[in-house]
Amino acid sequence: MPHIFSLIGVLSALWLLLSGHFHEPLLLALGAISVAFVVFIAHRMDVVDHEGHPIQLSHRAVRYFPWLLWEIVKANIDVAKVILRRRMPLSPRVFPTQGMQRSELGLTIYANSITLTPGTVTIAVDGETLTVHALTGAAAAGVETDEMNRRVAGLEA
Amino acid sequence: MSALVVDFLSWILLLAGTAFALTGAIGIIRLPDVFARMHGAGMIDTLGAALILLGLMLQAGPTLVTVKLLLIGVFLFFTSPATTFALARAALAAGIEPAVEDKTAGGTVAKAAEAAAAKEGDERS
Repeated sequence: MPHIFSLIGVLSALWLLLSGHFHEPLLLALGAISVAFVVFIAHRMDVVDHEGHPIQLSHRAVRYFPWLLWEIVKANIDVAKVILRRRMPLSPRVFPTQGMQRSELGLTIYANSITLTPGTVTIAVDGETLTVHALTGAAAAGVETDEMNRRVAGLEA
Repeated sequence: MSALVVDFLSWILLLAGTAFALTGAIGIIRLPDVFARMHGAGMIDTLGAALILLGLMLQAGPTLVTVKLLLIGVFLFFTSPATTFALARAALAAGIEPAVEDKTAGGTVAKAAEAAAAKEGDERS
């Protein structure tokens, strides 16, 4: 139930901010109908739950995302350096890594975080085993320290 | 005066974003195979896009346009890994093997490819 209320809140905020109409009653009514319709469809599809709308993560995600953004910035600079060298110092490799997350949502966040960090891409997921493609040894070592793994697992706690 | 500073910062961000996007594009051309090229593409839709959006937000100032630019960034952040993963899975299912330096990785790739192909089969049937 709290998921439905928060979905209504998020959709209404999205509609207001994207349309910029705050005063016209007709348009606001149409917006409210749109929101109600989308919530109805989402409810029928059974996606309004802890996975489709993970409000339980919100306060911990506030600490995770800045860290992830900084990792992305650092990884971008590393990959840019590799690409712009005259002879690219590549040592591509593929290796498995075990996700420490307990839920599928946590595993998805971890796999997506790996992909968002340039230099490493999750190419396959099988149960808790993620197969990662890394551009260089340094990028692979970054995943193998499991720091991101622990932080994403900490999101669920 | 402060408008000038904001304009200056905005141009630095826009130019830096463009530089990362260009580097990513060069990477897509230079890197050896489809899996390595995904890393170049990843640069474009993370830091390249983020810096350009930030630069545009400074140009727009505190208006609804800035909110919309922020939302573009948020949606890009959530959707781009999904598309990258779909691309990787399609490549594996099609039997493309990543060029790797470490020869012991053969087993890992074969297993991942098998899993991707099996899932592909499940969804088709």
